[in-house]
Amino acid sequence: MREPGRTRRAPRALAALGLAAGIACAGDPPDGSLTAVSWGGSFARAVNKAFYEPFEAATGVVIGREDYNGGLAQIRTQVDIGNVHWDVLSLEIFDTIRGCDEGLLERIPKDILAPSLDGAPPEDDFSPGTLTECGVGHTFYSTIYAYHPDRFPGEKPATIADFFDLERFPGRRGMRRSPLVNLEFALLADGVPPGEVYAALDTQEGLRRAFRKLDTIRDQVVWWEAGAQPPQMLADAEVVMSTAYNGRIFNAQALENQPFVIVWDGQVLDWGQMAIVAGSPNLDTALEYIRFMTSPESLARLTGYIAYAPVRRSALPLVSTHVETGADMRPHLPTSPENLRNTLRSNGAWWTEHLDEMNERFSAWLARS
Amino acid sequence: MTERPAVGPPARTRLRAAGLTLPLVAFVGFSFLFPLGTMLSRSVYDPLVADALPETLALLEEWDGETLPGEPVFAAAARELETALEGRLAGRLGGRVNRVASGMRSVIVRGARAAAEAPAATARETLMVGDPAWGEPATWRAIRTAGERFTVRHYLRALDLDRDAGGSIVRQPEELRIYVPLLLRTLMVSGAVTLLCLLLGYPIAHLIANAPPRRARWLILLVLVPFWTSLLVRTTAWIVLLQTHGVVNSLLVALGIVADDGRIAMIYNMTGTLVAMTHVLLPFMVLPLYSVMRTIPSHFMRAASSLGANRRQSFFRVYWPLTLPGTAAGSLLVFILAIGYYITPALVGGSSGQLFSNMIAFHMQTSLNWGLAAALGGILFVVVGALYVVYDRLVGASSLKLG
Repeated sequence: MREPGRTRRAPRALAALGLAAGIACAGDPPDGSLTAVSWGGSFARAVNKAFYEPFEAATGVVIGREDYNGGLAQIRTQVDIGNVHWDVLSLEIFDTIRGCDEGLLERIPKDILAPSLDGAPPEDDFSPGTLTECGVGHTFYSTIYAYHPDRFPGEKPATIADFFDLERFPGRRGMRRSPLVNLEFALLADGVPPGEVYAALDTQEGLRRAFRKLDTIRDQVVWWEAGAQPPQMLADAEVVMSTAYNGRIFNAQALENQPFVIVWDGQVLDWGQMAIVAGSPNLDTALEYIRFMTSPESLARLTGYIAYAPVRRSALPLVSTHVETGADMRPHLPTSPENLRNTLRSNGAWWTEHLDEMNERFSAWLARS
Repeated sequence: MTERPAVGPPARTRLRAAGLTLPLVAFVGFSFLFPLGTMLSRSVYDPLVADALPETLALLEEWDGETLPGEPVFAAAARELETALEGRLAGRLGGRVNRVASGMRSVIVRGARAAAEAPAATARETLMVGDPAWGEPATWRAIRTAGERFTVRHYLRALDLDRDAGGSIVRQPEELRIYVPLLLRTLMVSGAVTLLCLLLGYPIAHLIANAPPRRARWLILLVLVPFWTSLLVRTTAWIVLLQTHGVVNSLLVALGIVADDGRIAMIYNMTGTLVAMTHVLLPFMVLPLYSVMRTIPSHFMRAASSLGANRRQSFFRVYWPLTLPGTAAGSLLVFILAIGYYITPALVGGSSGQLFSNMIAFHMQTSLNWGLAAALGGILFVVVGALYVVYDRLVGASSLKLG
């Protein structure tokens, strides 16, 4: 008899058992291999084209591709058991800071980074804050909201406040089941200037204000968990608008001819970090890979597959067109000047401190009926 | 012809027979009792902070908790934090204290870094260069709490309780109460699903039990095929059927029963949770019921009629009592499975899809707060155990017919 709720975990438990049993016989993987972990979906496909395949062609290293959904749980298990089989992975900023503090990630010396194209030292080429002790930033991605124009024949939503305006724009909305970004959206929509959002969240009054704003739409919210869900929900007319990662909406527009419209006002800008799992058996190859993929050329190449912007200034002039459709990518990047007008840059340090507490509050809020 | 002596097999044989169960005993011990025990022990035992800061915590024992501790405490903390930093333990240490008081992670890590660089004359100034919060008694109170080797704070939190500054137990402020309401909702959803399963499963089981053998085999296959299908496939199928522009709604619109702009919201709410969970758990109700009903001879009902009972009387006074062991077993099974459920509600339940087990999974996988996850699991364990005891008192566990 199986307990249905556990079925998803069973393979992992089995794998852990297999691991424990296999430690004795599993030697180091052969030279010239590397296990790289990314986020799945259209992002993984873009990474494969822009980073993995060129790196394999250039070096002869064979990359094992894996996907995960973020978080430190799997990394911690590998490090604690002492059998590290992931080498490099892409992380969110707060997990990078936390993982680094907890010894789960290798420190990355910044002199390994590829030179910039304008002669500036790499430290100045990377956008401020994207280089941390254990992490190297790669791409800016942004959480925006998008809508299906057919659902709004008259007036169209244009600002982040409109997302919370049920009177003018009725209908169900998709939001990520997480306090991340939603608290920021709520305060931005309530009129807090981007520069004051995190200061407000630091106070009980500001927090209550954010949750009160979320209260106004909670009955109309459909919660999503994976980045692939929002475009699907928009296409199925399950929601009239949804928060989403800009790259996923771009792909739906470009590859599936969906007429979705992105509202850039109030976008929350985030960036991915590359890191190496502590105790990686292929440390040198991993460092070489990070040097390769965070070079300006590689980061610009990624924009040919997905609308995520390079964190290196000198990569920006190299951005050209979408490989499959030939569309000019510059206006679709979250960092293009038109899109940047009312932008909040996510504060990874704040979330490192408060993610656990906010998750509890958010769950409590969600559970209240 | 010889009479057999009226004794059981010799002791040696019995021992050998018991020996055959040894692999099972070892398996249950290794795969069930041992992990369960280690996991539950995490809910009350957390040595990380106590091991990293032994001297500081010993000195803090004599501290009044109100004023700032003296220089010896600062010196011990600085020394032990420096050691922790070298062992790359500072972050984990900060994480533990952060669970007691949010915002402490960086205080601890910055303090440890400052201690390693020793920029000031006294340990107190050194730590306060790292972070001014070291000058506040609250920081030290948090360290003292996090340093308890054996602790009930995970259980307190799992019951939405907290200790105030004076140490007495109080309820959390309302916006932070989460686990008790969630547990109540989980029990309510499980109860509703059990009831729906019983209402739907009882006639099905009766139909199968009284069908001719050939047809019964086909009917039971219809119950079992969904049971063998992947849980995720079944759940996703319900999304396809029930969504706003899904099969059911489109059919209703096509038949003119609902207007195109009045499509019914049947998923991403409580309806979706109930429908999908009932479907997934239905076989667990049907199978025990079927196995009990099959053993009830059909002439019992005829006998009841011939003695003057009408159909209702013969059902409620003869048939229903005879099926009670199956009803009870099926209900218990469905209820207990429903309590531990989380994938299906998360996918189809919208904001009502957050159940108790989701929080356990969340603390296991995302927040990595295994102590709290263990305490929540412990509470669920007690609830299920209590249900079993109640069941045993009311029906008697020996009458369970699980199919």
